[in-house]
Amino acid sequence: MKETKYSICGMCAVRCPIAVQVEEGKPVWIEGNSHDGGMGRSLCAKGGAAFSQRLDRQRPLTPLLRMGERGEGQWREASWDEAYEYITSRLKPILAEHGGRAIMFSDRGGPFADLRQAFVKSLGSPNYINHDCTCGRNVHHASKSVYGLGRKDFAYDYENTRHLVLFGRNITESLKVKEVKSFLKGVKKGAHVTYVDPRASITAGKASRYWQIKPGTDYALLLGIARCLIDNHWYDQDFVARYVTGLQEFKTFLQPYTLEWAAAETGIPAAEIEAFCREINEDRPKVIFHPGWMLARYRDSFYASRIIHILNALMGSIEQPGGLFYPKGPKDAGKKGLKSLAALVPAVTEERADGCGTRYPQWDKGAGMLQTAYEAIDSGIPYPVKAYFIHRHNPLIAMPDPAEQQRILNKLDLIVAVDVHFSESAWFADVILPENTFLERDDILRTEKGLKPGFGRRQQCVKPLNNTRAGWEIYLELAQRLGKGEYFPFQSMEDIWQYQLQDTGLTLADFDAKGFVKLSDKALWFDRDQLKFGTESGKIEFINSKWEAMGVASLPPYVAPDEPPAGSFRLLFGRCGYQAHGQHQNNPILSELLDVNTLWINTKAAKQLGIKDKDQVLVSSGDARGTIAARVTDLIHPQAVFMLHGFGTDVRAKKRSFGKGLADHIFMHGKLKEWDQAGGGLNLAESFVTVTPVPSTGEIR
Amino acid sequence: MSKYIVTQDVADCIGCRACEVHCKDKNHSGTGAFYCRMIEVSASESPLPKIDFVYLSCFHCEQPWCVDVCPTGAMRRRAQDGIVFVEDSACVGCKACITACPWTVPQWNPETGKVGKCDLCMDRIDAGLEPACVTKCTTGCLRFTTPAAASESRRQEFAEQLLHNRR
Repeated sequence: MKETKYSICGMCAVRCPIAVQVEEGKPVWIEGNSHDGGMGRSLCAKGGAAFSQRLDRQRPLTPLLRMGERGEGQWREASWDEAYEYITSRLKPILAEHGGRAIMFSDRGGPFADLRQAFVKSLGSPNYINHDCTCGRNVHHASKSVYGLGRKDFAYDYENTRHLVLFGRNITESLKVKEVKSFLKGVKKGAHVTYVDPRASITAGKASRYWQIKPGTDYALLLGIARCLIDNHWYDQDFVARYVTGLQEFKTFLQPYTLEWAAAETGIPAAEIEAFCREINEDRPKVIFHPGWMLARYRDSFYASRIIHILNALMGSIEQPGGLFYPKGPKDAGKKGLKSLAALVPAVTEERADGCGTRYPQWDKGAGMLQTAYEAIDSGIPYPVKAYFIHRHNPLIAMPDPAEQQRILNKLDLIVAVDVHFSESAWFADVILPENTFLERDDILRTEKGLKPGFGRRQQCVKPLNNTRAGWEIYLELAQRLGKGEYFPFQSMEDIWQYQLQDTGLTLADFDAKGFVKLSDKALWFDRDQLKFGTESGKIEFINSKWEAMGVASLPPYVAPDEPPAGSFRLLFGRCGYQAHGQHQNNPILSELLDVNTLWINTKAAKQLGIKDKDQVLVSSGDARGTIAARVTDLIHPQAVFMLHGFGTDVRAKKRSFGKGLADHIFMHGKLKEWDQAGGGLNLAESFVTVTPVPSTGEIR
Repeated sequence: MSKYIVTQDVADCIGCRACEVHCKDKNHSGTGAFYCRMIEVSASESPLPKIDFVYLSCFHCEQPWCVDVCPTGAMRRRAQDGIVFVEDSACVGCKACITACPWTVPQWNPETGKVGKCDLCMDRIDAGLEPACVTKCTTGCLRFTTPAAASESRRQEFAEQLLHNRR
């Protein structure tokens, strides 16, 4: 008998709604959940490789305990009982001597984090951290500093926009299925798309305007645009008068940043910038300046993102069809939300080890900041941190300086990895608790905000093939064994779901038909005359005095990026549409599509170095070096080289990908400790490498 | 030509290679074998770069050379709709079809030592469904249709565009 199970994909952090057909306990077909109109049956390559992931045996398939030194890759298989015992027998003395705060936990955030946060809290630790220092922290904090609202408090109406402006936001490759479909609908309906990136990604090929900007000068271009718009009164004066504070100061600040200045700095002709401004003025308010997704790049990325947030206000595109809108939650639909699991656990009042809210008062406490948590592990300040849970997160390749990271991690008494894969970080752990693949596990219900808010469910579609367990089982069991079972009065996922739904009037059966429940039939829009913002003034603050008091200037003068030293290039990185946050790396199908990366290098720059397309080249920086094939192209700025992230793994167990391609993060020397002081994002695009031809004999000069 | 055709709207294609993966996941073509392929064609003429992808699969020829050359009759053309497919049990792995095909469409499966190729997911077609690549295409740029219907809809789109531009 064939049955269809609706669930939520877990191949990447986008978590699209899916439908899985199961026949006699076997998964036979996976597609997008077509009950979601924006999704249809569409599924990207990553989701298409889900069955392949489940069948892959080059993964941890049973609990593993470390035998040799950390990272050596000597493992012993263990029972779950033994693995739990191993962990609790090491945690108990840590808890006794240092308290719960000595435990930290990191994951990749997302809509299912509530249970993991409850687990960390139940141990008495404030140190739940997500991955965002290598992702959207700069965008989030920039948004907070302008609107008092987080980055997820805005969404984008691509389909109805007249002009979409993307600063490196590579919509077609850093891929979200529903987003790209709605983007292409907008393009088809005639939307202008301006794409700004030192590298022409596939998104550049869909744009109506492409600017190959000098790397690291986004802030300059944005300042030039802002001045041009304001000088010419090409902005929504009613909206600004009503909702914005600080326009006058902003205007004064912008005085030096003329079009000619911006042109000299960015390499984009002044006339083109002016033409763009004129166009955007005609297109507003149906304009979206995308504030960035992954923006742990330049040392001023936080400020570039701030100006983008400001430009959206100038366009009057807030809560505007074709512009930005507030994703509505259950409350906005007049309904009650899901009950929180973390709310069952008493509040932890300890200061955070990473300093969010204390040493770094401007940063959100909720998501934490991993690089400053590393500082705490290393220094023991503000207190010792002794144990680290790494939940399907991979800091050893997501963050730079792997050797330095390992030195710091070696100060820990216990590292536990919960993962579906042998991530580089799991490989360095003391214990690996293998998690079920997403097809094999339930997760807690999630809230789905949007114009039509609702709830969604990831459910187990098929039984686990191996001796693996679901994350929720693992954390409930550990809490129980550590004497914290009282906070988790649940025997099964059904119990948890029923608890979450308690106030909503919904039952689990309501999720069977479509996998999700909508709380409103019609799109919800707020009254544009009554918009509220989360700042102290309730307005959009171009100058945020609260942030200034915390040491974060609202409008710092532009500082030009470092020029690459002679013979060097700025190293840029990214991903493509069939890479899945590390899950692609050793996937049987996805690794077949792409098992090595290449180095994009500008045609003229390559010619000067005597490098031809497909030649092997040596990339070096300090003691990091490696060879890679060159992709010689005009599609990249002469000052930069580019490679896809997530290659060159040193984990031997991943036989399809071991040693293939070149890792980008090994070239980012010192960048673990060099990050955006305002927004907290790491400066991952601030490193330089030299590129030299490798003689055809294979010998390195 | 089979009575069907898979068309591709290049403007909507983002080269995400979901079609290749959905095909491999369903048809288990073997390592290195792709029944359909997205071929990247890029040019960096200023001011706008062209980065396009072309979907290439089997053309399901009216007079398929692969069928003519197959010594065992494993390569066949389905009478009812012209789908060219391999009868797996009869394939001896001689590769004659690969040599004969002007586009080298038949694929070598190193795990089975036999040839495989696109059969437009004919089991799905027979069940009233569409090929895997089309059904799950990320952007919906692939369509499973007939040559006549494809021509009709393209003309319609063109006509609408023409008027849209004039307005």
